[in-house]
Amino acid sequence: MTTNNHQFSRRLILQGAGAVALIGLGNFGLAPALAAANDKYPEEAFKAKNEADAIKALYGKAPEASDKVKLDAPEIAENGAVVPVSVSTSLSDVTSISFLVAENPVALVASYKIPAGTMPAIANRIKMAKTSNVIVVVEAGGKLYSAAKEVKVTVGGCGG
Amino acid sequence: MTIRRRDFLKATGAATLSAGFPRLARGADNASVYDIERFGDARILHITDTHAQLRPVFFREPSVNLGIGAMAGNPPHLVGKAFLDRFGIRPDSADAYAFTCLEFEKAAGRFGKLGGFAHLKTLIDRLRGDVGINRSMLLDGGDLWQGTGLSNEMQGADMVEAANLLGIEAMTGHWEFTYGEKALRDNLARFKGEFLAQNVFLTEEAAFNDAKAFDPASGRVFKPNIIKEIGGYRIAVIGQAFPYVPIAHPKRFTPDWKFGIRDEELQKLVDGLRGKDKVDAVILLSHNGMDVDLKLASRVTGIDVILGGHTHDAVPQPIAVRNAGGVTLVTNAGSNGKFLGVLDLDLSKGKVADVRYRLLPVFSELLKPDAAMAAQIDKTRGAQAMAWSEKIGTADRLLYRRGNFSGTMDLLICDALREELDAEIALSPGFRWGTTALAGQPLTMEDVLAQTAVTYPATYVQRMTGGQIKDILEDVCDNLFNADPYYQQGGDMVRTGGLLYTCAPAESVGHRISDLKLESGHRLEAGKHYKVAGWASVNEQTGAPVWDVVAKHLRSGKPPNRQPSGVTIKGVDDNPGIAGQG
Repeated sequence: MTTNNHQFSRRLILQGAGAVALIGLGNFGLAPALAAANDKYPEEAFKAKNEADAIKALYGKAPEASDKVKLDAPEIAENGAVVPVSVSTSLSDVTSISFLVAENPVALVASYKIPAGTMPAIANRIKMAKTSNVIVVVEAGGKLYSAAKEVKVTVGGCGG
Repeated sequence: MTIRRRDFLKATGAATLSAGFPRLARGADNASVYDIERFGDARILHITDTHAQLRPVFFREPSVNLGIGAMAGNPPHLVGKAFLDRFGIRPDSADAYAFTCLEFEKAAGRFGKLGGFAHLKTLIDRLRGDVGINRSMLLDGGDLWQGTGLSNEMQGADMVEAANLLGIEAMTGHWEFTYGEKALRDNLARFKGEFLAQNVFLTEEAAFNDAKAFDPASGRVFKPNIIKEIGGYRIAVIGQAFPYVPIAHPKRFTPDWKFGIRDEELQKLVDGLRGKDKVDAVILLSHNGMDVDLKLASRVTGIDVILGGHTHDAVPQPIAVRNAGGVTLVTNAGSNGKFLGVLDLDLSKGKVADVRYRLLPVFSELLKPDAAMAAQIDKTRGAQAMAWSEKIGTADRLLYRRGNFSGTMDLLICDALREELDAEIALSPGFRWGTTALAGQPLTMEDVLAQTAVTYPATYVQRMTGGQIKDILEDVCDNLFNADPYYQQGGDMVRTGGLLYTCAPAESVGHRISDLKLESGHRLEAGKHYKVAGWASVNEQTGAPVWDVVAKHLRSGKPPNRQPSGVTIKGVDDNPGIAGQG
């Protein structure tokens, strides 16, 4: 069957907790050399309620969809609290990769700086309040590219 | 029950038609139901979703099996007359009885029960014998170990014995996983065939802790495929387990494993089998469900045939799906041992030249039960059969489960939950297994267990708000009717007792369910609390097992609640997936 109160309280907690802010500020020993104005904690972007505002606050412009951004996420999450989402890309000169969940209370989940010479591939687990599009933005050569996939968060049960 | 043999014979041929794929042959009107002309180089036999029904059963196919969006009106979403028309099956024939719900009770009297492992064994041995030694293979698509009190009590061990005797060479799984890793592995140690699953991987934590895996490098828990040589050709069989085990069932049964459809991993596997292993044919033994398989076939290239299950759709002809690499045939072979899929392959180097497919109904009364299997079944049933054979009630009408929204068997279960647990509303899962009882038939504990035997049978009584109840209905409904099959889980709508509602399947999630009312006629209020009873929750519960609750109710002899299902279906007037409401 489907559900009970425990399940519901978990959902409510998720809704209240918002996204986990995993900030991968690339501590790879190169950080000081790469220090720039936008290395600061992107406070405004983490306040944005939807993905478009968050991307704008983070990058100041909008991305274009690209099949060179390969987003791997489940169709239906096995657990909404830890949804495995990974991305890799064949784009060159990648400088940052950001993850967003459109329907989360705070849309931006994480933004990673990618130091030069690093293979642009990131896997992380994100928290999702409910069924939503998951968007990944790759900054490469000063341009923004994106990919998206809907991930369903269900109360489960009732299998055939 | 007397059977008129000519009733069967008149009916053959219809279900053996195949069309839509290059030169798919049309079966001739054979003199005997099970005389099949030899064709090609390899015969693959396929059973699926038998749900541990060792003995012949009645099983009524659905009168509501709606397809939404691109799936509307397409197989498997056809019922009743629309089904007969689409597949060229004559009304009133034995095949019409096996494949549809039309005049079920009348036809049940004429044609009797279907399935049974001793009968299956006879038919399988005959069809394997027809093509000669080393020319055939027997595959099982999963849901073999669950569905009866016996299999639940023995954690599937009874079915492993039956599978070995039947000669199953490879299988995949779904409910098999609900016995947990230890029982699963113990069973597999005794299973003479291979358990295949390309889409089950260790979680990161389990991999880190060196949990057991078939391939530690990839984290793949089970062997993904076998390659069998038949008639000088190499045939690869890949297993695809049910992709949503930890979502549809309690996660505690499979804490170390993650699932999913994983068509990219599948594509890599197929490419490797074609490229490196130079196989001549690739078969996917799938427990995805038919809609998922149809979509998968359009995305993954290099698979010749998908032998499908899970959604219990008995589809007489393969559906041809075009993709970037060519054509993939998709089948689904019904449930409860009612059907045996027969796939004959005409092979040439590196490819399948031609195909014949039949989905044979297993008419128990036309088949002499295999003595060894019958003895094995009697032995295994032993003490339990005695304990569970006492009559505890009578079917007051035709009791069936299968259907998108409701079935009379589930109404009975909901009635029992409400009465015995003193609740206003009852919820019962939309499982697609569970046999059918004819009106007037005595009901035993064994019958009750055939509807309820799961490893998480505990009942619960909870207070839920009207809003929460609506959310549950919406959530389950989206698992059934999401326009994208990859977001469906299979299974039918949760059954409700004491709660009436309107459903518009073609709407989007959150907008399908409306007009919720209690049996009294009062509207369900979003903020108000209601006492709800149910069972088979994915969260751990402590109430009595549902079978005891239902048995108590039957024993009490309370007059049957003849309330209709209370579900009004909207916006599907021209959909051939519905024959009347229910």
